[in-house]
Amino acid sequence: MKLQKASSFALYAVLELAGDPTSQLSGTEIADKYGISAHHLAKVLRDLGRAGIVEAARGVGGGYRLAVNAKRLTLFDVIQIFEPIGPQNAAEEDPELSTDAGCALRMVLDELDDHALATFRSITISTMLKLMARRPWAGSSRFAKAPRRAASHR
Amino acid sequence: MTTTIISGKARGIHIRPAVNLDLSGLVALDAEVTGLAKRTYWKETFARYGARRRLPRFLLVAEHRGRIEGFIIGEVRAWEFGEPPCGWIFAVQVRPKTRLKGIGTQLFETLCDAFRHAGVGKIRTMMARDNQLVLSFFRSQGMMAGPFIELEAALD
Repeated sequence: MKLQKASSFALYAVLELAGDPTSQLSGTEIADKYGISAHHLAKVLRDLGRAGIVEAARGVGGGYRLAVNAKRLTLFDVIQIFEPIGPQNAAEEDPELSTDAGCALRMVLDELDDHALATFRSITISTMLKLMARRPWAGSSRFAKAPRRAASHR
Repeated sequence: MTTTIISGKARGIHIRPAVNLDLSGLVALDAEVTGLAKRTYWKETFARYGARRRLPRFLLVAEHRGRIEGFIIGEVRAWEFGEPPCGWIFAVQVRPKTRLKGIGTQLFETLCDAFRHAGVGKIRTMMARDNQLVLSFFRSQGMMAGPFIELEAALD
């Protein structure tokens, strides 16, 4: 499963801000750390601000800080701002999904969506911080860094 | 970035194995949480988990000033689904008014210690996927999805 870029950027920002609630971070600082577009992240932070999840501090040294309790904020709360999660009622838009084959396929896909929904709803930002501290993926080849692509001359 | 580990232990909470005198307190606590007084169920649970101390079965209670504020139930099961012995957690409950004070975490950690002492190195549980409260609790304790998928079917 892959999240849309805006959702991932939002989660990176929220995790950064929740990791040190006493400090404020600018969008550029966060973007630099993750190597992502500062312009895109600025838009994401504005959306998070409108949703009441982060708040901007004005003035010199201003930046963003988390506006909610990390123990109460779930992955679902953040992701659903940027993309739909869970079973969607797609039959109205796609008539073929009302056929027997379409319904059977939707049933299977809904099962996957239900699991994703339960997962995103049950994991708080605080739990994510604990997971990051534990680093259970250390040593796992599945999470190994992808090698940087060398310039191709072909 | 510095990460914050949020945890804590409730003050004055004593975690211990349940004894027969706890039966009424457990029935009352369960009734407060679920809205159902299940005395027969709890008598059977005591017979299975409270009395047989030689088996790796655990019914632990969290006591504060003589009152039961929570409980957790688990046992070691071996070779279910072809898996070596592991600790199963069947139930955890904390009185609603005393939640968010670390009682559930203390119960969980004490049960994990008991499982370790019994020689197992893995714990498992299963719950309804819409039970966000308990699911979030186990997630916050570091539990992740395991290698099994639960399936069911209606019998015609």
